[in-house]
Amino acid sequence: MASGMKRILVGIKRVVDYNVRIRVKPDASGVITDGVKMSVNPFDEIALEEALRIKERGAAEEVIVATIGPADCQQQLRTCLAMGADRALHVQADGIVEPLVAARALLKLTEREQPFLVILGKQAIDDDNSQTGQMLAALWQRPQATFASKVQLDGATPEGQPRLARVTREVDAGLETLEVELPAVITTDLRLNEPRYVKLPDIMKAKKKPLETLTLAALGVEQRQRLKLVRFDPPAQRQKGIKVKDAAELVAALKSKGLL
Amino acid sequence: MSNRILIVAEHDGTHLNASTAKCVTCAMGIPDAEITVAVCAADANAVASQAAALTGVARVLALEHPANAHLLAAAVAAQIAALAGPFNHVLGPSTTFGKDVMPRIAALLDAAQISDIMAVESATRFRRPIYAGNAIVTVEVEAGAKVLGTVRTASFQAAPTGGSAPVEKPAVSAEIPAHTRFVSVSAASSDRPDLQTAARVVSGGRALGSAEAFQKTLYGLADKLHAAVGASRAAVDAGYAPNELQVGQTGKIIAPELYLAIGISGAIQHLTGIKDARTIVAINKDSEAPIFEVADFGLVGDLFQIIPELERLLA
Ligand SMILES: Cc1cc2nc3c(=O)[nH]c(=O)nc-3n(C[C@H](O)[C@H](O)[C@H](O)COP(=O)(O)OP(=O)(O)OC[C@H]3O[C@@H](n4cnc5c(N)ncnc54)[C@H](O)[C@@H]3O)c2cc1C
Ligand SMILES: Nc1ncnc2c1ncn2[C@@H]1O[C@H](COP(=O)(O)O)[C@@H](O)[C@H]1O
Repeated sequence: MASGMKRILVGIKRVVDYNVRIRVKPDASGVITDGVKMSVNPFDEIALEEALRIKERGAAEEVIVATIGPADCQQQLRTCLAMGADRALHVQADGIVEPLVAARALLKLTEREQPFLVILGKQAIDDDNSQTGQMLAALWQRPQATFASKVQLDGATPEGQPRLARVTREVDAGLETLEVELPAVITTDLRLNEPRYVKLPDIMKAKKKPLETLTLAALGVEQRQRLKLVRFDPPAQRQKGIKVKDAAELVAALKSKGLL
Repeated sequence: MSNRILIVAEHDGTHLNASTAKCVTCAMGIPDAEITVAVCAADANAVASQAAALTGVARVLALEHPANAHLLAAAVAAQIAALAGPFNHVLGPSTTFGKDVMPRIAALLDAAQISDIMAVESATRFRRPIYAGNAIVTVEVEAGAKVLGTVRTASFQAAPTGGSAPVEKPAVSAEIPAHTRFVSVSAASSDRPDLQTAARVVSGGRALGSAEAFQKTLYGLADKLHAAVGASRAAVDAGYAPNELQVGQTGKIIAPELYLAIGISGAIQHLTGIKDARTIVAINKDSEAPIFEVADFGLVGDLFQIIPELERLLA
């Protein structure tokens, strides 16, 4: 399987679309996901876009997308193939896939595919965990460059494989630049790029691209759930306030609350 | 039996970040907490003594190594994992520093992580926001398992100073990887209050229209209010404001006393960042803008007229 081909592995997650208004089930057992629109996690579209651009610049030969999840995820893998990924890996898993399980499965895929770069989103917008990339990097004993807003590859060897990545990261203080040896894990921030739109002919073409189905068991990964989800509650609602008519009334209102 | 808690300190080499004091408060909520703060630094003296002064801290471990001149996740995780053995809980802040390093530690310890802890219900039970804060989940860790977590700093007050914990300097036994190198950081030098800790924040959105207008319209007002400046994602994406000013699900989560949202529509991803603000003021020309649903005081009108007037009234 893993020849000397220059590969990038992109991890994607199927999530509730970011435009959907999330509601908690009345019995506190979860959030309502029946019939809601599902999409590729927005950060993962950015991850795929970055991989495709690297390939288009000639620094990679193949872009593989992978997801760990139920059968429905194949829809999102097809979207990624339509965007331009060369092939897809679906690791079948029903129920909750915690970040450590996803990271262990992705680790097995790196062993199989030998990518020089793994690109993931910085967080999945359903669970907002922001863990998987960092966990994969730890298990793989490779560098991590999280929250990337710029990626430059250099140091090609005679075979042409990039050796180093220079990554600009969005951190609380501003922008931090790191240099990491490859292979490495990069996680994407929103400003890294703007993902391309999928065109209809690409959707047709994507149907013929390879999509391989695997199982966690076949990869030797146990689907352990270590965190019990006890209950789900709606967030505390803020009281709707009042309208003031002009700046003077606003200043008066703030003064009366002791805020000025 | 006490719960032994290890907190990974965030700092810039000289100053302990306020996020660490908030982690201490979170840790104090765990029954029978015995709190240790670990400071990874090239020279840890200044930061370790600040950590030792936090009320509630029992002990500070200063891990000194030249590789800690700039804190890199791979290096910090290796050092923390090497000393985490005896601890029941390992906590760090839910800042970009903590988000980067804590999951790496968790994986090295083969532990699950609870991200963005907003409330402690017991030593094994915590509450955290999901779906951009549109749902709150209560999670329970397996009995006997290590608890790894990041602390949502907007949910906790900083622990006060007044303590005097002993500082120890254990030998660093971890193998520190050399595959990651720090190149630079563009610390936006600003004498304005820090967005994450400021009592007042003046925040601008897409409506500002340009970087010049953003500066010209908002900075004077912010100065008068001694406020930090924030921005919506749309304003940052358009280049009106630098990335470190972004407030929201994928920016900073803040809890100021006073938040002014100026020309910001109030998308859920933005509101996630300001849920804990004590008072929200919205200035928007669209009376139907969703920001008015959460604003304590709403003012409908053109910001380019209202802001100069507001400045005059505050003079
Ligand atoms: C995965 C994901 C993560 C995101 N994370 C964040 C995040 O962390 N933070 C964030 O902010 N957004 C985030 N967003 C983006 C968010 O969905 C909105 O697009 C964004 O917040 C809109 O910014 P805005 O309110 O400045 O712009 P708009 O929605 O365009 O609102 C501009 C407002 O200005 C008003 N206006 C225009 N002219 C004037 C005037 N002269 N005077 C007064 N009012 C005026 C308009 O009525 C309008 O309400 C995220 C989106 C996604 C998909
Ligand atoms: N089940 C999964 N399958 C594939 N990739 C995943 C999965 N879960 C998370 N990821 C990747 O890890 C990133 C961070 O996810 P999280 O740690 O859950 O916030 C996502 O943006 C994806 O790129």
